[in-house]
Amino acid sequence: MAEIPTPYTSGTPAPKETAEDLRARIPGWGVDLDPADRPSYPREQPGIETGARWDFPERQPEKWPRERSIEHAFVTPVFGTSTPPKGISGALRKYAYRTYSEGRAAHWLVLIAADRVDAWESHLRSFATLRPDNPVTETGVLSEFSRHGASSRFGKRRADLNHQWIDPILVGAPWVLAGLGAVAALRTLRKHRPA
Amino acid sequence: MRSMVYRGPYKVRVEEKDIPQIEHPNDAIVQVRLGAICGSDLHLYHGMMPDTRVGMTFGHEFVGVVHEVGSSVQNLAVGDRVMVPFNIYCGSCYFCSRGLYSNCHNVNPNATAVGGIYGYSHTCGGYDGGQAEFVRVPFADVGPAKIPDWMDEEDAVLLTDALPTGYFGAQLGDIAEGDTVVVFGAGPVGLFAAKSAWLMGAARVIVIDHLEYRLEKARSFAHAETCNFVEYDDIVVHLKKATDYLGADVVIDAVGAEADGNFLQHVTSSKLKLQGGSPIALNWAIDSVRKGGTVSVVGAYGPLFSAVKFGDAMNKGLTLRMNQCPVKRQWPRLFEHIRNGHLKPSDIVTHRIPLEHIAEGYHIFSAKLDDCIKPLIVATSA
Repeated sequence: MAEIPTPYTSGTPAPKETAEDLRARIPGWGVDLDPADRPSYPREQPGIETGARWDFPERQPEKWPRERSIEHAFVTPVFGTSTPPKGISGALRKYAYRTYSEGRAAHWLVLIAADRVDAWESHLRSFATLRPDNPVTETGVLSEFSRHGASSRFGKRRADLNHQWIDPILVGAPWVLAGLGAVAALRTLRKHRPA
Repeated sequence: MRSMVYRGPYKVRVEEKDIPQIEHPNDAIVQVRLGAICGSDLHLYHGMMPDTRVGMTFGHEFVGVVHEVGSSVQNLAVGDRVMVPFNIYCGSCYFCSRGLYSNCHNVNPNATAVGGIYGYSHTCGGYDGGQAEFVRVPFADVGPAKIPDWMDEEDAVLLTDALPTGYFGAQLGDIAEGDTVVVFGAGPVGLFAAKSAWLMGAARVIVIDHLEYRLEKARSFAHAETCNFVEYDDIVVHLKKATDYLGADVVIDAVGAEADGNFLQHVTSSKLKLQGGSPIALNWAIDSVRKGGTVSVVGAYGPLFSAVKFGDAMNKGLTLRMNQCPVKRQWPRLFEHIRNGHLKPSDIVTHRIPLEHIAEGYHIFSAKLDDCIKPLIVATSA
């Protein structure tokens, strides 16, 4: 019968290096061996000093009706005020928060859909400003030339090369389609213009 | 002020924004000197995190100088040099009072499943972040701390997320002396997790990635054995062979939502947004850890479901431990490790990018150009 190279026994595999070897080779080896020296042990530390001098914080004023998860009893006393909901995307976001708990996939899927709508609303809005969106400068894609785009990728056996080709399509295709649509619309208008 | 602004998936630019105002008595306004792009910022950049709004400023790793304080702030004064943990937290709720700062219940009206994070979508509270000249810092008496005089600002900025998260990931593994620890991901968090595993007494640390330049860093910086998963038909089988067919005692997932290694998993999550994240590294972790072992997850995933091999985890009797890192709890011990020379966080910094060029910074980091491991963002006025 063939010899088993690694029989399954009760023993612990012998370490490759002793503790002394490791201590000599690795700076600080074993200094946190004792769990008591690890700051997140135990996980919960009731009464930990945090610097808070309140039982419940003073409440930040709401400048607009703040959307909130229906799993919360109220709008939390402090919250971000980065970008209020607006437009169609804003209506979708309010619907998602008002209707679905975080436990429902619909909550997140509607929010992701709102993100895509928001991007296009914002792109369109930018064309009415002095600084329209520019997919070339905003994607930073010109760094491909200054930061070794080709040599960073090829000949390196990178696992992500099998899907990186999708990125330019995801970013560029909607712009190309929108451009073609605009051209088609202009041609149609010109065709129907009274002579 | 000059500020990074999200313009939709894969698109950011720098715009002029108003300097943030005090909105709560315990707020501070911090003038940013140094920020960073985190691997998890790429999930926002790629449009994966629900409720990421156009116009938001990202950035949850930053240090700066206090510019203004609210009426109830006692611990900070204008002019103090401060480091700010990525967690926004009140310090007094059920969770904070037990040390679970990343799970604060008082700072995020948009979700109960996650606390508050600077510049990380409305799912994490809707706060603008630190890839800007100024940032609003809530609960200034709780979160931020003065940077010690002896500490370099580049080390300080890495103490606001990447280093504590890696160190926390190793702690979640409950590493015992002699353990074999596998770390998936040789990005900043994975490198710090590998380095931290030694501090806790690991006998072997094996780091897995597909980017050779990062694996080289894992060997030189973290003293780890490395495996490039592209070189193996099945990385799980290789890890079993490398551990006498038992599996590793502890496996740390430091990759998260955009893991590579399986086309279908990656595309359905990162590109099509049909999963909360691509659980390739997590599934490899579950399969390569030994029965009864521990899987620690510090890679970030979105709130939507992911195709995780939960049956294997159950049948193997695994302990799965995970959380966003409560950063400030880690600081006193990490300060000691830095002072004693056990850790030098800024050794992983590869790029220092002016805020005005942040679009290039995101592309370089996202496409892994120019051997990028950790890009810092230098504020315009710094």
